[in-house]
Amino acid sequence: MSGLTLIFGLFFYVSIAIFLVGFMAKVWKYGSTPAPLKIPQTPAPVSAPGVGVRYLQEVFVFKSLFRGNKVLWLGGYLFHLGLLFVLLKHLRFFIAPTSSILSTLVKFDVYSGFILVAALIFLLILRLAIDRHFYISLASDYALLLLLIGIGGTGLLSRFWENGHVRPSVPEVKNFVAGLVTFHPASVPEHKLFLIHFSLVMLLLIYFPFSKLMHAGGVFYSPTRNQIDNPREKRWVNPWAKQVTAAAAAPAAAPVAAAEEPSEG
Amino acid sequence: MAEPPAEKTAVETVAESVINKNFKVPELIGEINVPRVEDGYRRKGVTSAIKPHMAKPAVQAKVGFPETLVDNWEEAAVKRLGELLEKYKSLQVYLDICVRCGSCTDKCQFFIGSNDPNNMPVARAELLRRVYKKYFTTEGKIFGKLAGAHRLDLNLLSDWYAYFHQCSQCRRCSVFCPYGIDTAEISMAAREIMDSIGIGQKYVNEILGKVHEIGNNLGMNPKALAATLESTEEDIEEEDGVPVKLPLDQEGADVLLVTPSADFFASPHIESLIGYAKVFHQAGISWTLSTAASEAGNFGMFIGSYTQLEKVAARVRNAIGELKPKRLVVGECGHAWRVAYSFWNTLIGPFDTLDPRYPAPQHIVEFTLDLVRRGAIKLDKSANDEFTVTFHDSCNVARGSRMGDRPGGQFTMPRELIKASCNKYVDMDPSTTMEKTFCCGGGGGLLTDEILEIRVAGAMPRMQALHAVMESDGVNFMALICAICKAQFTKVLPKYGIPMTVAGGVHQLVGRAIELGAKE
Repeated sequence: MSGLTLIFGLFFYVSIAIFLVGFMAKVWKYGSTPAPLKIPQTPAPVSAPGVGVRYLQEVFVFKSLFRGNKVLWLGGYLFHLGLLFVLLKHLRFFIAPTSSILSTLVKFDVYSGFILVAALIFLLILRLAIDRHFYISLASDYALLLLLIGIGGTGLLSRFWENGHVRPSVPEVKNFVAGLVTFHPASVPEHKLFLIHFSLVMLLLIYFPFSKLMHAGGVFYSPTRNQIDNPREKRWVNPWAKQVTAAAAAPAAAPVAAAEEPSEG
Repeated sequence: MAEPPAEKTAVETVAESVINKNFKVPELIGEINVPRVEDGYRRKGVTSAIKPHMAKPAVQAKVGFPETLVDNWEEAAVKRLGELLEKYKSLQVYLDICVRCGSCTDKCQFFIGSNDPNNMPVARAELLRRVYKKYFTTEGKIFGKLAGAHRLDLNLLSDWYAYFHQCSQCRRCSVFCPYGIDTAEISMAAREIMDSIGIGQKYVNEILGKVHEIGNNLGMNPKALAATLESTEEDIEEEDGVPVKLPLDQEGADVLLVTPSADFFASPHIESLIGYAKVFHQAGISWTLSTAASEAGNFGMFIGSYTQLEKVAARVRNAIGELKPKRLVVGECGHAWRVAYSFWNTLIGPFDTLDPRYPAPQHIVEFTLDLVRRGAIKLDKSANDEFTVTFHDSCNVARGSRMGDRPGGQFTMPRELIKASCNKYVDMDPSTTMEKTFCCGGGGGLLTDEILEIRVAGAMPRMQALHAVMESDGVNFMALICAICKAQFTKVLPKYGIPMTVAGGVHQLVGRAIELGAKE
């Protein structure tokens, strides 16, 4: 095993571990934090299946964003759609042998990567060009867009730049990835473009749980969206209500009583 | 950060406000234009000095908060934020997952009206998110300002006090957020943190003190309440020749009506009270008001205090125990209906002593419309022929509650009742109604005169939409179902050159149209 393989192998395992543990820890925190009151943003579904439909609309067509800003929706939607297809196509590095659906997708979908990068550049332009968006943008917002553009750009070059010196062949990558997932590291393809693409993705995975990318898990824990609008029909119990009631009972009387004492004023 | 001059104390810096003498009421053009932030840059923080009066130590003590800014306030505020993060899923998730996409940036009436970029919902939330990042996130600890992290210094606390009191917690931004991030939850948390370190808002905290002491927001004692109800009865009898009663503390009445105390004497609120009374009278349903619960409003929500919310609501539970009604009905009040509809069952439920055939609580519009649909009361639409009516959806009713069985009943039911009471009705621009409604500009504890400038600015989008239908359809009556909307509009309409009589209650129309007397 070469030193390079060792380094990239470790990089992979560390990144994946941080991503998985970090993501799950965050989602666990979202899930375990109590929601004391019913706060669905109405009009809201009055049943659980209704909430499911609300989420399907939010997750698959970004309904609220569409209502909020059509231009932004276009950028955001195309990016996520492009990402979905690109990720699906990446399965060919993990699945052996490649399924026929996947090879058909790879063969005919030559657009999604370009759409992904174009949408990211579009979103970057919106941040810079629209006064309101520019005002609210942080350095980390730009950094993340640039990181994603870097990943998309190196990915596109790997796929479409017909130069065997900068990019590895699919079997080479597949061999490396298969080695990683079966814990029998095979040598890393020593092509600069691949190494850069791979490293940027690992950086993204490491940053993921600590960043706003957690919207991917967090959206499902948003009380204004995931609660059923039925507070009159079904009593919602606040998990920490008892403590508050007990605590409120004692000092509640005290300040009022104190205020009645003229000497206290 | 520049330190303030030595002679000013920390509290004085936070409380320091400026009345802008050059403030101009926006011109009515009938459309809502989103301001350019470039102008906002030049006038950066243009509303940062508009702040409500701070609560005096005695007021703070009465509500159970520290009397003035505590010495270790930064540490104490961070500690309180940490506690709230453990208690509120909304706060934890919403501080974490905003991507600053910008969808909300042009949705807040206070930004549209004031052109202060900190009034964009995401920018407002970032004021708290900065502190969250600084003390509670790995990203903020490593990258600091690059990730938007900032310690809670005096400047930031001062901005908190200004901008979290320029949010009416109307939830309009949340409608357009891809994750449903609710700035109301964030501003409530910020206010609770400020109260916990001794910085309270005078208007809201004084009112909370009055509710606990006397039973209603206006501090109306039982004698005065009984007297005003009696004189209102006389007025009705004089005008209509019918002995319509306004019963108080009647044990065993069928319905307990809990209504905002403004209904007892403020104008046009009292016209709706007369409307409710006529409905009960004509339907032959016995009802009562309660001295102990002579207030539907619950300002505990505005300051995000669960303890206050629960304590204020407890008066209603006590009134139910005392008067033993079969039904619980709530009068025209926006935030009160949100609290009643969404929170009462949690706070003071279950309502197992009430008649299970009726929803508990029930909105007065649900109650009256049911009677109209069943023909139990008759409305003569022509009684309101002098009016062309439109309806302003109150933010808390529209986006924080429901009426009837189906989602959106809070939009259809008031309109159905209004249309049953008058012949001429038109809606305002659909981008300003139903779940997209704008706040009146005075909700969420902002209904106090020292920040009138922000109230006038916040009312701008609604004023433009109203102006448009006044011009196109001759609208001369805007029906309301909220005590705060009524008070805000009667104050703000004249600033825009619109007569204050344009603002009135839904049950004001009902009261004028209802046919009193013997039933067929």
